[in-house]
Amino acid sequence: MATLQVELVAVERTIWSGEATMVIARTTEGELGVLPGHAPLLGQLAEGGVVTIRTAEGDDLVVAAHGGFLSVTQQGVSILAETAEISAEIDVDRAREALRRAESEGDEPEALAAARRAQGRLRAAGQES
Amino acid sequence: MAGNLRALRRRIRSTKSTKKIFSAQELIAGARIVRAQARVEASKPYAREITRVLSALASSASLDHPLLTERENPRRAAVLVITSDRGFAGSYNVNVLRRTEELLSLLRQEGKEPVLYVVGRKGETYYRFRDRPMADVFTGFSEQPGYADAQRVGEELIAVFTAGEDDDESGPGADGLLGVDELHIVFTEFRSLLAQVPVAKRLAPLEVEEVEEFDYEREDREAGRTADSGIPTSYEFEPSAEALLDALLPKYVTTRIYAAMLEAAASESASRRRAMKSASDNAEELAKSLARQANQIRQADITQEISEIVGGADALVSSNADD
Repeated sequence: MATLQVELVAVERTIWSGEATMVIARTTEGELGVLPGHAPLLGQLAEGGVVTIRTAEGDDLVVAAHGGFLSVTQQGVSILAETAEISAEIDVDRAREALRRAESEGDEPEALAAARRAQGRLRAAGQES
Repeated sequence: MAGNLRALRRRIRSTKSTKKIFSAQELIAGARIVRAQARVEASKPYAREITRVLSALASSASLDHPLLTERENPRRAAVLVITSDRGFAGSYNVNVLRRTEELLSLLRQEGKEPVLYVVGRKGETYYRFRDRPMADVFTGFSEQPGYADAQRVGEELIAVFTAGEDDDESGPGADGLLGVDELHIVFTEFRSLLAQVPVAKRLAPLEVEEVEEFDYEREDREAGRTADSGIPTSYEFEPSAEALLDALLPKYVTTRIYAAMLEAAASESASRRRAMKSASDNAEELAKSLARQANQIRQADITQEISEIVGGADALVSSNADD
């Protein structure tokens, strides 16, 4: 079966890289799934969005990516993010706490962005907020 | 003489204990270089990817983003200087500050008013002592910069750059904020463990040659790619290419600031290790020569004592012989 070469890079380090059969992401325009052979595409990921990578082994890798871009080329998919966390590494309690704090701060743009990030983290961890 | 000896011994002791401090600092700096280099390496995949994405965009979108366009008669230029928070790093800070002075006088010659942004406590004290105005100071992370730090600096610089778009001779334009027309950065490039060179670069407007350079890279890659796939790459964009460029360029600038900070951190540690190495060597040398001096004095004291005793005994013998 054809696979995609996926690179998930955050600014400070490469988070994950390997073979995958499918990548599901949400851009600012809407949800999209990338299968092998997808047309070249550049997209901006929605803030607080979750990226799901279905690895060649059949596992789902769920990642909370903040401030990210998605680039699909014939070689594969690269996901660029300012920060990214794999669901298993997310501290749910801390994310909840961050969300509560951000919501209590009102309508400041920064607080709203923080709230969206925290929601993204919770979604990636499988905890509906 | 004995007092002199005591003073010397005290100096030897203190020299030896400072030497211990120097060599500990040297070891710490040595370990930090390795870590700093690893961080530089770790940040490269992102830089490579964002460059690739940007070059793909550059070929598809029209390049009239404010961060890319040269402004007519630029009046103010922001200069970001990256220095260290702590001293003990030899000529590291002096070099980067000297390079900054060169850039500042060049900017003044071109009729632009430089606006200083300083990273690191050492740079801050340098300019504060000379009573030079600084637009902003960022401290506390020079040895181990995180991306969040670069983001903070980047956001402020981009904001002030954007605010400069509508400025005119009389002062701030419609938005009431006095901005800048150019962004420069001065930092120390890490070439090798032995060579760190202070460099000045322009961050914005991004030099167009650079974008073209990316283009060549991309074409090379594409040439390789078309060979095996037979289809030239033409990207779909989500959202539009212009909106993407809007979102991507500030991030690109921040990435460059981050990369500069990482390089500077590696250079700082390398420079500190070298300075500490020569300091501990010198302390060693000093302790050795002081020990020689002390031995000499001790020997002289003993000789004197012996000759005094012998003299005394001789005097006794001769006085006894007289009896």
